[in-house]
Amino acid sequence: MTTVPLADNLWADVEMIPTRFGYGDGLVELGGENPRVVVLGADLSSSLKVDRFQAAFPDRFIQTGIAEQDMTNLAAGLSLVGKIPFVSTYGVFCTGRAWDQLRTTVAYGGLNVKIGSGHGGISVGPDGATHQALEDIAITRTIPGMTVLVPCDYHETVKAVKAAAAIEGPVVIRFGREKVPVVTTSETPFEVGRAEIFREGSDVTILACGIMVYEALKAARTLEDEGVSAKVINCHSVKPMDIRTVVDSALETGAVVTAEEHQVMGGFGSAVAEVLCRHAPVPLRMVGIQDVFGQSGSPEELMDAYGLTSEAIAESVRDVLEAKGR
Amino acid sequence: MDENRRQRLETIAGAIRRHIISMVAAAGSGHPGGSLSAVEILTALYFEVMRHDPGNPAWEVRDRFVLSKGHACPVVYASLAEAGYFPVEELQTLRAFGSRLQGHPDRKKLPGLEASTGSLGQGLSIASGMALGFKMDQRSNRVYCLMGDGELDEGQIWEAAMTAAHYKLDNLCGIIDRNGLQIDGWTCDVKTLEPLADKWRAFGWNVIEVDGHNLEDLLCAFGRFRHGHFMPTVIIAHTVKGKGVKIMENEAGWHGKAPDRDLASRILEELDGGGKR
Repeated sequence: MTTVPLADNLWADVEMIPTRFGYGDGLVELGGENPRVVVLGADLSSSLKVDRFQAAFPDRFIQTGIAEQDMTNLAAGLSLVGKIPFVSTYGVFCTGRAWDQLRTTVAYGGLNVKIGSGHGGISVGPDGATHQALEDIAITRTIPGMTVLVPCDYHETVKAVKAAAAIEGPVVIRFGREKVPVVTTSETPFEVGRAEIFREGSDVTILACGIMVYEALKAARTLEDEGVSAKVINCHSVKPMDIRTVVDSALETGAVVTAEEHQVMGGFGSAVAEVLCRHAPVPLRMVGIQDVFGQSGSPEELMDAYGLTSEAIAESVRDVLEAKGR
Repeated sequence: MDENRRQRLETIAGAIRRHIISMVAAAGSGHPGGSLSAVEILTALYFEVMRHDPGNPAWEVRDRFVLSKGHACPVVYASLAEAGYFPVEELQTLRAFGSRLQGHPDRKKLPGLEASTGSLGQGLSIASGMALGFKMDQRSNRVYCLMGDGELDEGQIWEAAMTAAHYKLDNLCGIIDRNGLQIDGWTCDVKTLEPLADKWRAFGWNVIEVDGHNLEDLLCAFGRFRHGHFMPTVIIAHTVKGKGVKIMENEAGWHGKAPDRDLASRILEELDGGGKR
């Protein structure tokens, strides 16, 4: 196993771009390549950057108004006449409010519908708990046949959009609102169902998705100063999970910490635990939201208050290493 | 309508009614009431109105039918079988383990089904998406969507009603099986729907009201839909829940209950003897 190329300015003046820009730009690129691609929006076009697609391909943008359930099933109907529809709205709405539509019409029907699930996580900030999607990974990954992608930065979000279109079937792409570090480059490999090793290490494995990948890399640097060698793996493909990479790394290092901007209950950490308890039952700690709702605040304040930082990851690593040593 | 045509359609409708009773009885469960009320609607669609080919269910230019009230699938299965999509004997497998005839429609299992439905209120949005897709590609296919009247309690129906009118989907025809009953009783007692036609008009739809058991009226209504109005059409078909089976007519209790085998035989005799209504 080898590590993949990352941005060379990670630790000095790292570039900051919101992942939602990646969603918008990915759709524009995809739209130019594939005339079957259509985009649906529910009165949040500029927020989710799908106004870029709308400007480029006005005939293939469908405004549905504030009606997420209708939008999801419109997409279902469009897919049934040969389109590749991308439903675009905030995660709380497209995965929560329209969950039944997603489950019964889209997934049970085996339909080729893509869900652009924006404003994921607590970093949404001042809008508060109503608009912070913290359960979306849990409630979509339990739907049979669903693919769930949580890209870590701008470039990965662009790639996730394109990868989603190449899959025949329903896909959820989760992305966020705020500017976040650009960890990868346009050359970094991205494959659905495959986790990428971003940093080698031998004492502990940190598995992360979304914007927690950068925090995991930061934590690994801190830990290095303490003499702890941490392996960092980017699990953008929460479902299907790269079981082999996850299990091999867990067995090699003998301890695992997961990190997600989401409830640990049912989320990415739970998905990892489901795999490890059978194939590699090593000590495990989960960094994420601990069964509470968020609140208003600046993204930084919230990430700090809810324990979604590199320090929190480092602390969990120290804790899991103690358990490993016992 | 000439006599031969009328007789042909009435014979088909009679066969579909008998299939509904015998398949639901064989399954030991299912939804006869709202299936029987839609028999003439389905007969008109599958045997006169829609462009489709039972030998080629994936035919590109076919019209689409979406059963939004998914629980009424016995009437659709019976219509598909009568049309030749699969052998009528298979109707006896309704709801059995491993059957293609699931308790609610599964499009992945049975060719001829256009959508998997059963959670109410979703079909009109699916049908609108299809109609919108056809418009985008300048295709002439039409889309038909059968809704229950109780189903109109669902808010998503009205979201779809606004969308279809906004996009002027005159290739979309909704049909409401207005039998007046839902599981908990009369629709007017559960939640007031009237003035129903005015509601749809206010939402921007071309509204046609017909006797949903009169084949001639139904064919006339579908003909008016096809002439186009730059707006979607809804046909409010006034029907009787359990139509054609005396003990089931206007009885909410027969919404989701199967007759036992003895009762089913008596009903089938009634249907055979009663002949044309």
